[in-house]
Amino acid sequence: MEIRILPDAFDPGAELARFSTDRSGTGAIVTFTGLVRDDGGALHALEIEHYPGMTEAAVTAMVAEAEGRWTLTDALVVHRHGTLRPGEPIMMVATAARHRAAAFAAAEFLMDYLKSRAPFWKKETTRDGTSWVAARDEDEAALDRWT
Amino acid sequence: MIDVLYFAWVRERIGLPRERVETDAPTVAALVDQLRAREDRYEAAFADLSAIRVAVDQQLTGFDAPLTGVREVAFFPPMTGG
Repeated sequence: MEIRILPDAFDPGAELARFSTDRSGTGAIVTFTGLVRDDGGALHALEIEHYPGMTEAAVTAMVAEAEGRWTLTDALVVHRHGTLRPGEPIMMVATAARHRAAAFAAAEFLMDYLKSRAPFWKKETTRDGTSWVAARDEDEAALDRWT
Repeated sequence: MIDVLYFAWVRERIGLPRERVETDAPTVAALVDQLRAREDRYEAAFADLSAIRVAVDQQLTGFDAPLTGVREVAFFPPMTGG
């Protein structure tokens, strides 16, 4: 597995190209990329705060859990912190497996846990001011299907 | 002494990201009571505990978690990653 929590911009295409290289035994790679969404042009910036140390440990534990549930040949999680602009990639997950079912399921599992159990907090700056993004009940409820 | 860390709006309400706290509180809940008694800004930050999550030595846990041998306690709102 590879986990990178970084302050700088990253290129999801380059990450996928690298992740896909030299993959004998892998028949499927699933990727998810999250972008900074701007609903209606009001968003100026998104600030992502994290908990150095715990973030890496929590994400590592999630990936280990995914590797226990599904037979993966590899997994990658990249997640930004710091100040992001609308349209920039926030994070990506890539899962590699022999067949697609495990790769899809593990990617969904990782996304659900990253949303609600990885110590990141988002703060939006819009033309109306700044506010912390509230956790959504749907994101918390999404974890139920994995228990 | 325990390192107490605050993140997101908990950090903003208390006005600092971390501090060393002299405490003999047996649990996280008792530590919260001790902090709330200090100043209004702590009372404001911890007014609604249902809106706060806690990690002890970087593991998510509950307010009833014991503090014996613990080095670091963190308080923060529900996480919004991804």
